[in-house]
Amino acid sequence: MARSRHLLWDAARGLVRHRSALVGLAVVTALLLVALFAPLLAPHDPLLPRMRERLTPPSSKHWLGQDELGRDILSRIIYGARISLTIGIVSVGVGMAVGVPWGLASGFYGGKFDILTQRSIDILLSFPSILLAILIVTVLGPSLWNAMVAIGIASIPAYTRVVRGSTLAIRDAEYVQAARAMGAADARILVRHVLPNVLGPVVVLSTLYTASAILTAAGLGFLGLGAQAPTPEWGAMLSRGREYLRVAPHVSAFPGLAIFVSVLGFNLLGDGLRDALDPRLRGKV
Amino acid sequence: MFSYVVRRLLLAIPVLLGVVTLVFLALRLIPGDPALIMAGEAAPQEVVARIRTQLGLDRPLAVQYGIYIWNLVRGDLGESVRTRRPVTQELGFRLPATLELASASMAIAVVLGLTAGIISATRQYSILDYATMVGALVGISIPVFWFGLMAMWIFSVRLGWFPVGGRGTLRHLVLPAITLGAMATGMIARMTRSSMLEVLRQDYIRTGKAKGLTERSVNLRHALRNALIPVVTVVGLQFGGLLAGSVLTETVFTWPGVGRLMVDSITNRDYPVVQGAVLVIALVFTAVNLLVDLAYSFVDPRIRYD
Repeated sequence: MARSRHLLWDAARGLVRHRSALVGLAVVTALLLVALFAPLLAPHDPLLPRMRERLTPPSSKHWLGQDELGRDILSRIIYGARISLTIGIVSVGVGMAVGVPWGLASGFYGGKFDILTQRSIDILLSFPSILLAILIVTVLGPSLWNAMVAIGIASIPAYTRVVRGSTLAIRDAEYVQAARAMGAADARILVRHVLPNVLGPVVVLSTLYTASAILTAAGLGFLGLGAQAPTPEWGAMLSRGREYLRVAPHVSAFPGLAIFVSVLGFNLLGDGLRDALDPRLRGKV
Repeated sequence: MFSYVVRRLLLAIPVLLGVVTLVFLALRLIPGDPALIMAGEAAPQEVVARIRTQLGLDRPLAVQYGIYIWNLVRGDLGESVRTRRPVTQELGFRLPATLELASASMAIAVVLGLTAGIISATRQYSILDYATMVGALVGISIPVFWFGLMAMWIFSVRLGWFPVGGRGTLRHLVLPAITLGAMATGMIARMTRSSMLEVLRQDYIRTGKAKGLTERSVNLRHALRNALIPVVTVVGLQFGGLLAGSVLTETVFTWPGVGRLMVDSITNRDYPVVQGAVLVIALVFTAVNLLVDLAYSFVDPRIRYD
């Protein structure tokens, strides 16, 4: 418990000193609030088409204009925040749920299991992550849920590698040996003593991976391999606006801006957390 | 040195085999009957049967794997279900376009990223430093496809400076290369900056300055050369990112490369082509990383003796 309080304290202190990280925190908080209160904030129904008003540029009634079916773009972007956050949470959750225990076990036990782990990671890292995600989505079929799972799977090797490295560094620490001497079971040592000490890098990695998950999911949506119509997913919205770039650039411009600002927010926050919690990770994550 | 190269090459073999196996298994893991999915629900029974035989899906998995590996060794990636042309031929048409785009983007990223990183590190905490780092962060955070579309809208549609898409002249290459290179530029700039800052604190830099070397000579001949090692890794990793990012960039600019072929083949459910395209990108990426590792041992002799 004491350790996690330290972690929070370190993170908070580091963030306050980092002005750009505070900007990131503000963006992420705003995104969270928009997602939470989407029904209250959205001025119109995000799914309601108004064919007569299709491709209308921004106006006082529709601040960001209307899309190819006359739907209100601002309302779609507001509801899209829910999807982007869900993407971040689910894919980071999948990556962590597999990668963290795998890395812990591999670093802690070593031996053949560790060698096998390292080779598997080498193989998975031979695929650039969006390519691995595309391959998985091809197998599972294009949908938002599959895209999230695919992005999560593609991030597993990164978690495994970082956690394994940190575990290796503290496996033989005195407090671990002391716990062992007192007869603690492996599971207890791993959860009570090793895990809290590798959480710092995991938090940093998760923040930065949320940014990359949002970006990759939007990319898959853009390619038609993620969210399907009429879901207001930012990448898919941008993709459909492509056909009308000449006559109505706003249809693509605003969803793209939303992706950009969210990703920037998570990246700023992640950079700040990294400097606060684990400066050694600089350049590695 | 020689033994290091041999060891590194030998280590690459199981990784390559793993990549090849994973791609093989992926196609077989598709739920349902892949032959039926590829042919389409409405296809006549003969067509489904033909595809099944063509892909060897009617044989045991181990036999399929054996045949797949044997064919791969002979450079045979199978046949496209749609065009009936060999996959190697389909890829052969497209690979030069992707490599051209990726190399041009990399050249832009290395030149811009290194310059920005050096300027930033040598003038730490100046306005120029902040501006460069904000620019780098924007490069890392901006969605490639949005950047591409907006660049296309401004420079092609509005100003008419560049063609809207396609491949051919140098003017066709400019926008896609800048778009694809944006993220790598940001990454390289950040890495160069932090690596340079670390080196600039070393004793030998102070010695260099103390003995009266010019600022330029200290920065470029002593600091940069030592700071380059981590930068080389990032360049290698980014090349893979570029190959993968080309999927999106090629789609935006209708660039006739492997990335677009892959996306089109996914839509057409032409799995042998998807498999071939994924394999080629992963293999090129692995080869580049191998080269980077080898390049390392030339840049930093300490690595060879580890």
